[in-house]
Amino acid sequence: MELTQEIRDRLKDLCTSQKLAVVSTHSGGQPYASLVAFVASDDLRHIFFVTARTTRKFANLKKDPRVAVLINSSSNAESDFHEAVSITATGTAEEIKGSERQGILKRYLSKHPYLDDFARSPSCALIRVAARSYYMVQNFQKVMELHVDR
Amino acid sequence: MNWILSAEDINQTDRRRVGGKGYALALLKKGGFAVSKTLCVTSETYQEYVSRTGLRERILLELNRKAFRDMRWEEIWDCATRIRNMFLRKPIPEEISAELKQAIRTIFEDNAVVVRSSSPEEDAAATSFAGLHESYVNIRGSDAILEHILKVWASLWSDAALLYRQEIGLDVKKSAMAVVIQEIVAGDKSGVAFSKSPNDASQGVVESVYGLNQGLVDGAVEPDRWILDRRQKTIISHTPAERRHWVVTAASGVQLEALPAELTKLPPLADTEARRVFELSLAAENYFKSPQDVEWTFCKQDLIVLQSRPITTLSTQKSDDNRGWYLSLHRSFENLKLLRQKIEDDLIPAMIRTADQLMQRDLTKLSDQDLAAEINRRWEINQKWTNIYWEEFIPYAHGVRLFGQIYNDAIHPEDPYEFVDLLTHSQMASLERNQMLADLADRVRSNPSLAKALSARQTDELDSQFVEAVDRFVEKFGDLTCAVTGGTQCEQESDSLYKILLEMAAHPSAEDKRKASRDRDALQEKFLSSFAGEQKKKAAEILDLARSSYRLRDDDNIYLGRIEAQLLAAVREARQRIDTYQHQDWHKKDVSDLIRVVESLDHRRAFQAPYQQEPNGNFVIQARQLIGQPAGPGLAKGPARVITHAAELAEFKYGEILICDAVDPNMTFVVPLAAGVVERRGGMLIHGAIIAREYGLPCVTGIPDVTTLIQNGDEVTVDGYLGIVTIGSSDL
Repeated sequence: MELTQEIRDRLKDLCTSQKLAVVSTHSGGQPYASLVAFVASDDLRHIFFVTARTTRKFANLKKDPRVAVLINSSSNAESDFHEAVSITATGTAEEIKGSERQGILKRYLSKHPYLDDFARSPSCALIRVAARSYYMVQNFQKVMELHVDR
Repeated sequence: MNWILSAEDINQTDRRRVGGKGYALALLKKGGFAVSKTLCVTSETYQEYVSRTGLRERILLELNRKAFRDMRWEEIWDCATRIRNMFLRKPIPEEISAELKQAIRTIFEDNAVVVRSSSPEEDAAATSFAGLHESYVNIRGSDAILEHILKVWASLWSDAALLYRQEIGLDVKKSAMAVVIQEIVAGDKSGVAFSKSPNDASQGVVESVYGLNQGLVDGAVEPDRWILDRRQKTIISHTPAERRHWVVTAASGVQLEALPAELTKLPPLADTEARRVFELSLAAENYFKSPQDVEWTFCKQDLIVLQSRPITTLSTQKSDDNRGWYLSLHRSFENLKLLRQKIEDDLIPAMIRTADQLMQRDLTKLSDQDLAAEINRRWEINQKWTNIYWEEFIPYAHGVRLFGQIYNDAIHPEDPYEFVDLLTHSQMASLERNQMLADLADRVRSNPSLAKALSARQTDELDSQFVEAVDRFVEKFGDLTCAVTGGTQCEQESDSLYKILLEMAAHPSAEDKRKASRDRDALQEKFLSSFAGEQKKKAAEILDLARSSYRLRDDDNIYLGRIEAQLLAAVREARQRIDTYQHQDWHKKDVSDLIRVVESLDHRRAFQAPYQQEPNGNFVIQARQLIGQPAGPGLAKGPARVITHAAELAEFKYGEILICDAVDPNMTFVVPLAAGVVERRGGMLIHGAIIAREYGLPCVTGIPDVTTLIQNGDEVTVDGYLGIVTIGSSDL
C-alpha cells in the first residue's frame, strides 16, 4: 500500500536530514534525556550513536538497555506547529564491539566528520539501537505507527 | 509605520501596500476624476495583525490539517468559517486600532462608508473570479468599520479564495489584504461601464440600475443595458430590464426593495446620461492606457467613480471544474425563501405522493413484460428525483450556512458551530423513525416474555399489538436491511430489525441523552437580543429558514430513499422470477426482457475495499492518532464498528463507535446505540454530524481512509472537541 511507502520515505528523509536526536534512558525509574549525533541504517532497523563511557546515559544503558529516541525537524519557529515532523523510536541499545565496529564507525563519521577524534577515542562507545517501533507525528497531531517485524 | 493612508498620500511605490483597487482610486483622484473620500488600510497592517495575534500560524494549522486534494467543498467552507471566526474574535491591537480610528474619524466623521477588499495580487487574477473577497456597504462609526476590516481580512481565506488558491497564488506566508474605506455615495442610479465590450472591440457597454449598484454587481437586480459605438460615441441599442427591485441603504447595510411604481416604467438613464457614463469610461481608459471596467453612481447631477479596473477576459472553465457550481450554492436570503416555498409546498408532497403511488402497485400481478417496463419507469422516476435533489435540495442546504454566518457575526462565539445547537430538535424524519424504534424497544425492554420470544425468533408467539406496531414501522421505514428507507428484504435473513430492537432493549434508552431544549431557548434569546427592530424580525426569519433547511438536509434523503426502495422492490421481484424460471427449468419461458432490464441497472453502492496490508520490508503500519474535523463535542471510548455495507448495521452493538465512509440518514438508526461517530466524508453539516449532535455524541468527520485504517473491534477514542481519533491503548 502506498501509505506504507509514504511513511517509510518520510521516516528516511528525516533520519537523513537530521543530525541530532534525543535519547531517553532511565536510572531507577527516573527518566533522563540526552542529545546525541546519530546515523540510521538504510533499512531503518537500527539507529547508531556514540557516547563517552563516563556519561550518565552510558551508565543507564548498562543497567537497562531499553531506550526511546526522538528525531524531529523543528526549527524553533512558529511554523513548526504545522510543518515539523517528529518520530519517536523505541527499542533496545547495545554497544558494538569487534569486527563490525569499523564499518559502522566509518558510516557514522561520513555523516559526522567533525566528530572524528571524539568517536575514535578509546573512552567512547559506539551504540546500536535496534528499533522495535516508530511513532511518527505530523500535521501537529496526526500519529502513525510503524512496527518492525523482528 | 503608516497603517492607514489617505488617497492623496498614496504614491507609485505604495502600489502593493494598498492593493489594486486602492491604487486605482488614488490615481483617479490625482487625475481629477470625481471620487468620494477614500482611506486605505495597508497590507502591512494585515501582516502586523496576523503576526501579533498569532493568527498566521493558526491559519496554517487550520489549512494543514489535511491535504487540499482530499478536501470536499464543504470542508473548505468549514475551514473558511473557522478562520473567519478567528478574525472576528481577535481585535486589532490597541496601538494599531487607535491610529486607524483617529484617521477614520478625521476623514469620515460619522458618515457611512463602504469597506472593500483591495488585494495586492490585483487585479488580473482576482477579478477573473469575482466574489472571492468581501465588501461591505453602509457601515457607520469607527468601531463598526474596524469590525468590517476584520471581515474583509478574513475573506482573504473565503471558501471561494481557497478553491481558486492556485490561480490567485494564495500563500499564508506571503498573501495579505489591503482595505479601501470610501465614503458612501447614496446615488439615485448606479451601474458599470465597459469602455470596450468583451464581445466587440468597436463597442462599449453601459449597464444601469436604480439605487445602489450592489444589486447589479451581485446579480439581484437586472440592469438596463446600452451598447455604444466607441468611435462615434453614439448609442447603438438600449435593452430595457424588467425593473422590479432596487437596492437601498438600510439602518445598517443594504436591502433589496420593490422599486416604486413610477420608476418601473422609466429607464434609469436618459440617453445623454448613458453617453456621459460611457465617456467617463473612455476617459478612464485613456488615463490608465487600457480598457476599463468602471463602477459609477449618479448623485443628483454629479457622476462619481466608485472604482475602475482593467477589463480581464475570463478564462474558459474546464468541464471537469466543479468550483463554479460550488460557488453558485451561495444563495441569498431572498433566493432561499423562494426555494423553501417550492420545496415545502410542491416538491416534498410530490415525493411522498410518488412513493405512495408506487407502493400501492401490486408488482406480483404484472406480466413479465409489464414488470420490465415498470422497472424502467421507476428508474426514470428515481432519476428525475435524484436530479431535483441536486438542483433544488442541495442548494437549499445553504440556508444553514447563511444563518451560521449571521449568527457568528452577531455573537462571535468561541465555537464557530454553536449555531447548530439552535437548529437541532427539528422534526426530522430520521428522528421520527428513531423514536418509533425506541418505542418498540421499550415494549421489548418492559416485557421479558416478548424479549425471549424475539430472541428465539418465535414470531408466532409475539403479541399481536407488537406485531402490528412492527408492521407499521416496516411499512413506513422498511425492515432496516436496505441502504434505503422503506426497503425490505434486501438481505436473505431479514431479521435486522429484531437484532437492533433486542440490542436497544438490553440497554438504557438513548432518547434521554438528547439534549435538553432549555439550552436552545437561552441560545435563541442570546441571538435575537443582539438585534433590534426590523433587523430582529429578519434575524428570526433567517433562523426559521435555517431550521427548515437543516431538517430538509436530512429528510430529503429519507424521501428519496423511499422512492429508490420502490425501484429496488421491482428489481427484486424480477430477480425472483428469473430465479424461479431458471430453477424450474422452464426453457420455453422467455425471460430475456427481465434479465436485460435488471442487468442494465446497477444499484449496488460502491464501498471502499477493506484495507490490506502489503508486505513492505517487514514493517507493519498502524494508525495511532488521526485528525479530522471536530463535528460534535464530547469524548468517548469504545470498540470500533466499521461499516462498509448497509447490512452490517444490524450487527451494531451498544457502546460501539460507528466508523463509516459516508453515513446517510437512511442508515442513522444505529446512532442511538453508538458511543461516538467517525466519518471519512468531511464537513460539520453532514448527516453523521447532524444526528450525532442530536444525541449529544462526540463526532469527528473528514478522516481520509478511516474505514481502512481502523479495524472492527479496535479500541477507539473519539475526541469531538479537537477532532482527533486515537486507536489502541496507551501501552507501548
